Amino acid sequence: MSDRHDHDGGHHPGPLSPIEARVRAIESLLLERGLVSSDAIDRVVSAYEKDIGPLNGARAVARAWVDPEFKKRLLADATAALRELGIGGLQGEHMVAVENTPQVHNVVVCTLCSCYPWPVLGLPPAWYKSPPYRSRMVKEPRAVLGEFGVNLDPGVEVRVWDSSAEIRYLVLPERPKETEGMSEAALAELVTRDAMIGVSRVAGRR
Amino acid sequence: MPADRTLRTLTGDTAVPRKNGELVFDSPWQSRVFGIAVGLAERGFFQWDEFRDRLIAEVAGAAPAASGESSATVYYRQWTAALEKLLRHKGVLSDHDLAQRTEQFASGERDDVY
Repeated sequence: MSDRHDHDGGHHPGPLSPIEARVRAIESLLLERGLVSSDAIDRVVSAYEKDIGPLNGARAVARAWVDPEFKKRLLADATAALRELGIGGLQGEHMVAVENTPQVHNVVVCTLCSCYPWPVLGLPPAWYKSPPYRSRMVKEPRAVLGEFGVNLDPGVEVRVWDSSAEIRYLVLPERPKETEGMSEAALAELVTRDAMIGVSRVAGRR
Repeated sequence: MPADRTLRTLTGDTAVPRKNGELVFDSPWQSRVFGIAVGLAERGFFQWDEFRDRLIAEVAGAAPAASGESSATVYYRQWTAALEKLLRHKGVLSDHDLAQRTEQFASGERDDVY
């Protein structure tokens, strides 16, 4: 599976195709009527391209931190537990949640291509798709994690999970110690995409 | 999230083209027309379902893909037709205005949208 996709710039060197002319005409007429603005269109496109966002995953993590029963269900069958929160849209992939503990650190990679649980984590970061990450995370996970700023004691076991078309992984990070009493919503804001891939820890304050 | 919910109402043949989750646009006009329709729905100019119903109709009655047309091109051509029909229905776009303005862009008489 390749994940190339073309984004050429905004300018057309040649004459416009009929459909290009038509879409410009629509935009132009709507601009005149004050119904759209170029900036607003740009914002919509970039929001949908980039910002499906890791919020869904963060909500699930925060829920698991405050609700031990939900955590059990998440670790037993993440697909079903996520659905409880209204998080779906997975296209036939099965979600598996793996829990970080003081003894075990989990990290996710896709060695073959760039399989990623996008309905849960949004769009994958560029490095996730890069060949060095994909090969090195398997061969030397501690070194790569160190480069991401996660320095693990030798006694901590590292588990590297290789995503596939069928299975996508979500790392359940450790809850920071200084977050006692925080609300679920406030906790969700602490949870980063990288922490749910396993290349960072969740910091107590942001 | 709203962004998510809107697009999830489009399923099967009407689902937006994606690759590994990311929206696929083969050229800028596709992302423009995507942004126009979604933006107008988000600001409440029309209900999302009004657009969706027209998109479903376009996809169902689709002209076959011309040779060399990508699936994203076919899809956003249908998307554009659905949007035009809805805008005509709302009375903001007349056939005459649209044809005239399209011709101005096609001939190079007009270059920018404003």
